[in-house]
Amino acid sequence: MNLYEYMGKEIFRKYGIPVPEGYVVEKPADIREYKKPVVVKSQILLGGRGKSGGIKFAKSQADLKASTEELLGAKIRGLTVTKLLVEDMVNIKKEYYVSFALNRSERSPMLIASASGGVEIESVPHSEIFTRKIDPLLGYSDFIGREAAKFMKLDKNQSAQFRDILGKLYSVFSEEDCELVEINPLMETVEGQFIAADAKVVMDSDSFFRHKDINITDPEKTPLELEAQSKGYAFVELDGNIGVIANGAGLTMATLDALTLHKGKPRNFLDLGGTDNVEIVAQAFDLVLKANPKAILVNIFGGVTKGDTVANGIVEAKKRFNIKKPIVVRLSGVHEEEGRKILKDAGIESFPTMMEAIKMVVKVAGEAQ
Amino acid sequence: MTVLVNKNTKVIVQGITGHQGSFHAGEMLKFGTRIVAGTSPGKGGTKFQDQVPVVDSVSEAMAFEPDATMISVAAPFVKDAAFEAIDNGIKIIYVLTEKVPFHDSMEIVHEAKLRGITVMGPNGPGITVPGECKIGIMPNQIFRQGDVAVASRSGTLTYEIVDHITRSGLGESAVIGLGGDPVVGLTYIDVLKLFEADERTKRIVLVGEIGGNNEELAAKYIREHVKKKVVAYITGRSAPPGKRMGHAGAIIEKGVGTAESKIKAFEEAGVKVAEFPDDVPGLLK
Repeated sequence: MNLYEYMGKEIFRKYGIPVPEGYVVEKPADIREYKKPVVVKSQILLGGRGKSGGIKFAKSQADLKASTEELLGAKIRGLTVTKLLVEDMVNIKKEYYVSFALNRSERSPMLIASASGGVEIESVPHSEIFTRKIDPLLGYSDFIGREAAKFMKLDKNQSAQFRDILGKLYSVFSEEDCELVEINPLMETVEGQFIAADAKVVMDSDSFFRHKDINITDPEKTPLELEAQSKGYAFVELDGNIGVIANGAGLTMATLDALTLHKGKPRNFLDLGGTDNVEIVAQAFDLVLKANPKAILVNIFGGVTKGDTVANGIVEAKKRFNIKKPIVVRLSGVHEEEGRKILKDAGIESFPTMMEAIKMVVKVAGEAQ
Repeated sequence: MTVLVNKNTKVIVQGITGHQGSFHAGEMLKFGTRIVAGTSPGKGGTKFQDQVPVVDSVSEAMAFEPDATMISVAAPFVKDAAFEAIDNGIKIIYVLTEKVPFHDSMEIVHEAKLRGITVMGPNGPGITVPGECKIGIMPNQIFRQGDVAVASRSGTLTYEIVDHITRSGLGESAVIGLGGDPVVGLTYIDVLKLFEADERTKRIVLVGEIGGNNEELAAKYIREHVKKKVVAYITGRSAPPGKRMGHAGAIIEKGVGTAESKIKAFEEAGVKVAEFPDDVPGLLK
């Protein structure tokens, strides 16, 4: 889960990484008395906020009031700004880049650092980027920081501050179960201090059982996705008109792909998971119906999830939610014959193969008003 | 010679008395897997299905000389269970559990590597060598002995494709679920080496999905090192960027991990890529 900048900075502060003084504003009345120049930063999860007009500079109380009022509620590339971070401006001498991220193919954390910060790291020439694999069993150690500092041509004082931040940043990465911790820019002030001017922290949501203090809803999920998550379903909203219920993430993705290749437009991704519970099937329909599709496709390859259980869940949902929309079912695998008989008796069409069901649902969704 | 496991492989199940563990251990026994013991702390001294001894710890289970372990415990306890297996020197570890924090997986995978231990998963359906041994949760009835080896990052999609292979008249030499997480024990390259060396395997199917670049690395490896015929299927063509599609590892980030990139890499390596799962058997023949 992606954290907002202000949340990332709260974590940085806890670990002793220097960040500018600042506070969060949710309504115009939250602004404090102007004392010195400040930056007003929209809290949205997008890169390049500055270029999109999401960051303002204020050099008076009037400036601060005006930029706060302008930014709160503004839409930036489709996202509404609901929170601002007001921070003391720092006198920039130079901008650096540093991050720890998971390298999937190496199954290891990777340190990336550069003396050319403040821009997207993808746009920095390779020759100016220091990368180094970290052994997860050894963790970060100062020798790694010394290698990076030498590459970046830092002097003794710069190197000491940089390495101190690096060590603390790795602690954030490993202790807070992060996928990514990034400081861009890591600012060197005119006064010679290193300070984290931005914070990008992506936490592994699978680790939340041991981070009970993290009590925030994922800002990138829609209300329906959050509801689905609270009920234990993997669910993603899409912009089509065919509701999809399938079992297993891979098969569900394959269902969306096959629908799309047949000119159908999926409304959602819903993975039923491995279940042998009628109620879990019925509740899945409740979610998909809330997305208001024109037709619903159910694609099940039975294993742990039995065909008759799914069929009973579908019949139950049709009755409970009084579903009039077309439901097209593909059932194969364990207990497929029993399942298809249950569906047939309830007047619901079912097919033994995925392709037949997909062609049918694309047809009926096209005909539905 | 088979891929990793055979009919003599002695298997233990860590978490044999749990809901998932007991159901799947029962199915594995029906398949013919030699389950020599199961662990369940506090329940030692009992028997599973009147035949498999249940013990309290892996160190007690070592009396049965296991070659492999299947870990089916809840995500918060996976690291402990895997470390217990590693510390006792079990050579093959399959982790079924999903939602394991990847920081735990990194430690498990690296520690195992240092000791020459093979880890598969987390978040995978298991490994099956038809006619020999099944570890995991794949449905017993979809397999037939044959010469096609399959490696995949998902569960049900693997069953779908294996089912098509079996119905087409072909059969399987080995089916390995690598796991749907960003950090898993085996990569495609690791299994390609195993498949290339396996005498039973004549053709290979790789089932990939969006996220990461392991498929691209596999394509490069195939071009340089694999002589056997390889067919691929990639899912997630229609997935929007930045969204996790069920699997923790199935996400397109900063333009990396798209289906297009993987399909292109395979096609450039001379690997035919199936458009739909049921196209796979036709491309194998």
